[in-house]
Amino acid sequence: MINLALDIGTTAGPESVLFYFLAPLSILASIGMLLVKKAVHSALLLAWVMISLAIFYIAQDALFLGIVQIVVYTGAVMMLFLFILMLVGVDTTDSLDENIKGLRPIAITAAIGFGGLLTSLIARATFGRPTTLLIDANSVGNANAIAELLFTKYVFAFEVVSALLITAALGAMVLAHSQKSRSKFAQRDLSIARFRKGELKDAAGLPGPGVYALHNAVDVPALLPTGKAAPTSISAVLQARGDIIESSQFQLQVEDEEK
Amino acid sequence: MAIANYLYLSAILFTIGAIGVVVRRNAIVVFMCIELMLNAANLAFVTFARINGNLDGQIVAFFTMVVAACEVVVGLAIIVTIYRSRRSASVDDASLLKL
Repeated sequence: MINLALDIGTTAGPESVLFYFLAPLSILASIGMLLVKKAVHSALLLAWVMISLAIFYIAQDALFLGIVQIVVYTGAVMMLFLFILMLVGVDTTDSLDENIKGLRPIAITAAIGFGGLLTSLIARATFGRPTTLLIDANSVGNANAIAELLFTKYVFAFEVVSALLITAALGAMVLAHSQKSRSKFAQRDLSIARFRKGELKDAAGLPGPGVYALHNAVDVPALLPTGKAAPTSISAVLQARGDIIESSQFQLQVEDEEK
Repeated sequence: MAIANYLYLSAILFTIGAIGVVVRRNAIVVFMCIELMLNAANLAFVTFARINGNLDGQIVAFFTMVVAACEVVVGLAIIVTIYRSRRSASVDDASLLKL
């Protein structure tokens, strides 16, 4: 069998060096994307794959697409991904154990079959005519040539895509919008709630954090007249994180001296 | 090096993305794998444009990028909405329709 795929032309030396250097790296990065546990690491590996694809675009005389790839994909889309990752919680660790039994071997077998089918198709494909490369098409400059096509032959698709962009923006706003079920508590509401709580102990507000000669910060509880630390004097967030300094070390050591 | 090598790379990246969509459970990682598949298709389009000697393939790749950007915006909004109501970004937890 004659391998017709070889007829579509070969590349110059520097480009093949570039390809053989970057292609294995991008394949490794995309495999790593599946294997790493944290979603942030997958996002970084995907950004690497996208940058190497942009370099491939530029190497293939698609300068405009290469720049757009870097600006839109690695710039905007990946930052959006990282933004949502931070919003949804970085620490939601994605466990890699399968919970549908036998899913992983089936998926990998099917994927190897699919990939084999694709590559063998490419190997047998015939492209009908010898390649002419993009020297003629890019003679006025890649961006100019693309603009000319975009605003003549593809102008209808361009308009449809602009409608799609507006719809997507509106859809995201509708989806992300959440109606508050009740209005936010104002200072007046908080004050009324304090007085109606049953006991008037905290009616004047919670005690402030400790202010001592040696230490003045929100992470030290105030001392009660009894000498104990007042737990309500520091923020609940600090308590949950455990970022509290013992206030007993700032206490006046009168009792020891009396003994 | 044959130009077809770019097509092989594109096929491999597409396959890896497809495995990721099936195997991973974090919705955001699944989404990133879909992005990888779209990018692999774009590489094939750019290579075909080069093989055929006209820029139509590059125009299609450009439109793919725009559609992918829309898809990311809407998809991530859906993920945030699901996370807000379920406190989880795992695709297995959204199983309300399961018997």
